[in-house]
Amino acid sequence: MSEMVVQKIKERFPDSVLDSYSFRDENTVIIKKEDIAEVCRFLKSDPDLSFNFLSDLCGVDYMGREPRFEVVYHLFSIDKHHRIRLKAMVGEGEKISSVVGIWGTANWHEREAFDMYGIIFEGHPNLTRILMPDDWDGYPLRKDYPLKGR
Amino acid sequence: MTEFVMIMLVKMFVIFGAVMLTMTYITLAERKILGYMQIRPGPNRVGPWGLLQPIADGIKLFLKEDIIPDKASKVVFVIAPAMALIPAVMTLAVIPFGPAVTIMGRQVDIYMADVNIGILYIFAVSSIGVYGIVLAGWSSASKYSLLGGLRSSAQMISYELSMGFALVGVIMMSQSLSMVKIIEAQKGVWFIVPQFFGFIIYITAAIAELNRTPFDLPEGESELVAGYFTEYSSMKYAMFMLGEYINIISVSGIVTTLYLGGWSGPILPPLAWFMIKLLAVVFFMIWVRATYPRFRYDQLMTFGWKVLLPASIANILFTPLLMWFFGYL
Amino acid sequence: MAETKNMILNMGPQHPSTHGVLRLILELDGETVVKLTPEIGYLHRGVEKLGENLTYHQFIPLTDREDYIASLSNNLAYCMTVEKLLGLEVPPRAMVARVLLTELQRIASHLIWLGTFGLDIGAMSLFFYCMREREQILDMFEACAGARLTINYFAIGGLRHDLPEGFETRVRDFIKIFPERMKNDYERIFQDNKIVRMRTEGVGIISKEDAIDLGLSGPLLRACGVPWDIRKSNPYCGYETYDFDIATGKVGDVFDRYLVRMEEMRQSLKIVQQALDRLPGGAHLADDPKVCLPPKQKVMTEMEALIHHFKIVSEGFEPPVGEVYHSIETPRGELGFYIVSDGSNKPYRLRFRPPSFVNLESLAKMSEGKLIGDLIAIIGALDPVMGEVDR
Repeated sequence: MSEMVVQKIKERFPDSVLDSYSFRDENTVIIKKEDIAEVCRFLKSDPDLSFNFLSDLCGVDYMGREPRFEVVYHLFSIDKHHRIRLKAMVGEGEKISSVVGIWGTANWHEREAFDMYGIIFEGHPNLTRILMPDDWDGYPLRKDYPLKGR
Repeated sequence: MTEFVMIMLVKMFVIFGAVMLTMTYITLAERKILGYMQIRPGPNRVGPWGLLQPIADGIKLFLKEDIIPDKASKVVFVIAPAMALIPAVMTLAVIPFGPAVTIMGRQVDIYMADVNIGILYIFAVSSIGVYGIVLAGWSSASKYSLLGGLRSSAQMISYELSMGFALVGVIMMSQSLSMVKIIEAQKGVWFIVPQFFGFIIYITAAIAELNRTPFDLPEGESELVAGYFTEYSSMKYAMFMLGEYINIISVSGIVTTLYLGGWSGPILPPLAWFMIKLLAVVFFMIWVRATYPRFRYDQLMTFGWKVLLPASIANILFTPLLMWFFGYL
Repeated sequence: MAETKNMILNMGPQHPSTHGVLRLILELDGETVVKLTPEIGYLHRGVEKLGENLTYHQFIPLTDREDYIASLSNNLAYCMTVEKLLGLEVPPRAMVARVLLTELQRIASHLIWLGTFGLDIGAMSLFFYCMREREQILDMFEACAGARLTINYFAIGGLRHDLPEGFETRVRDFIKIFPERMKNDYERIFQDNKIVRMRTEGVGIISKEDAIDLGLSGPLLRACGVPWDIRKSNPYCGYETYDFDIATGKVGDVFDRYLVRMEEMRQSLKIVQQALDRLPGGAHLADDPKVCLPPKQKVMTEMEALIHHFKIVSEGFEPPVGEVYHSIETPRGELGFYIVSDGSNKPYRLRFRPPSFVNLESLAKMSEGKLIGDLIAIIGALDPVMGEVDR
């Protein structure tokens, strides 16, 4: 079912799709970080796709690789019951546009990605720390942050 | 003259002592009854059936550290519990526990005084109790206490009106404000029968006056921690609690006098009947506490002003009709 | 002209009715909440970071402690995600037992919710009646796994130990008494009470569109009228073979959320009955020696089993390179696990998508412009568990 989704994305945004693959029946599409907001808007509004539910938004740290971070979006369609995973690669110190305008739930998820990794989301109304204390130094989930803290 | 003073002094100590003892054991009764209604036994470790629990509580409260918040207005902070307790105890003076009995060859009435404005006196005095609460909330210098104090005082003032109006029905039927004369006027039929709606209104308003569930928002633990007495500890807290429970006893006493025929009843001595009826009303209040959730504040005020007050006024309008029907006119 | 300022009240981390360590900064205008800012993170224990440093087996007890009220659901989500990553098949007895226990856990979790919800509104007695039923369920869990709250009973590949003797009788006894208790004790005392209705109807309404936009899931979303239940839309563990309905509400207020959860308890009981009737015999753990611990008798007698046991406990297993996301329907909503594996014995990234975290975001929308008394009822119906909000 979600192969159709991948097809549609590739047709609509041929330049933005960097890669796509499937593992254990789950489809992943890697998108250029500049186009992520547009792709998400398309995914939400297109009637065949109607991804109206953002299940999860998180960051992953691939230390030692350029670009370092990845923002992973898990989308779900309540009407069609299909899922898709989008990824966008963000380097250290780079920004990526926020999807708060598309799915309101992204608000806290992006704050947590910022808090834990230091990924900056452009256009976020209140990008502050959420889990760690406000004056904390460092980004705990990065691979070079020690397990027992500093 | 001295004999009169001596009798009064003895009555004072006896009534005060008896009420204090009853009050402490009503706290235990409340916890046990609530417990059994919630399928648990309640306090049962301190003495058999938890009978020594109130004494243990008293000792604990006495020995606790007395904390006065730094920013509190010290004088008002200390006076406020007294202002809540004293009016509660003053109302005990006119509650008629029993008729005249002969003790040691003298006729002694088992009540402090039969003032001919009994009911009015009770009302006036209990209204002063509101001051204690407002001042406690204000002087604690804490937002929670302030909110609690304001809510509580607004609630008490609103429900006092309905209480007063409900009583007018009784006063019309008994043609007197004196507590003893009201009991005598119930020789034919207890006022709960003709004044049934008045009774319901009075008991509801009384539970609201006492700040008990379902009207216990000012003490709503899940909302404002403890409302106006959040910052109180040790004896001052104990005084608030004492005031509340003595109020419960006096309100139950008033209900018994006004609606349940006071001390009248066959076979048993009148004092026993009075106590039985009083304790039945107390049990009813505890039962209500176990069953009902609490009102939200605006629902509470709506209920007091838009439902109870018109109902009590309607009760006044209908009372002459009932009086004619029951043969009082 | 005197200027009035709104009062800022702090419903601090310690408070009798915010379920757990939740801090709410309220800006009040009289009794009305003008602005509400939740502050979380008081229970943050760094579970995701720990996950990157523990083997897959060692992480299972940590999942219990996240949503500590429904710990078996967390176990299930994690174990199923890892099994998906490995491509491991679970034997049928374990699948049915998992469904049975997870549904019992759902009932226990909703019972706590009901008790504390009543307590917040002021109906104290309801709490004790709910605990009475919950005790029976917890006794069953104790018989299975030895623990009542952080149960840790599911393992990767099935169950840790087989179901104990006499388990079936206990469940049947419970099925017998529960519907009648629900009707007599909970509904008559609580649902039919006028004061409860006044405090819950029309309170905390959120529209369907807002709910989907804010990512609500579970009973909150279903109360708004969206019939989405992961057990029906993307079934796992054999849920497609069970016969049950999805409870939905109409308006999306607190009373609807209450009704949805009550109905869910009934449906869960239905599923428990069906699962119990079809519980097959057979193995309770998959037969993959590299992943699943061999039974103790074999470890004591056979060399191979000893070696496998040693390897699994000390080093763990190495799943293939890849990433999976799997989500299940817990009592609070959609719980998802996203695991990235780089081929080593520890996950490269372990992400726990908590339902309460996302549900809590909607608190501001539901309660701004309403009274404080409503706020308590709304938080109660939201049913957040801070363990999973903060991880």
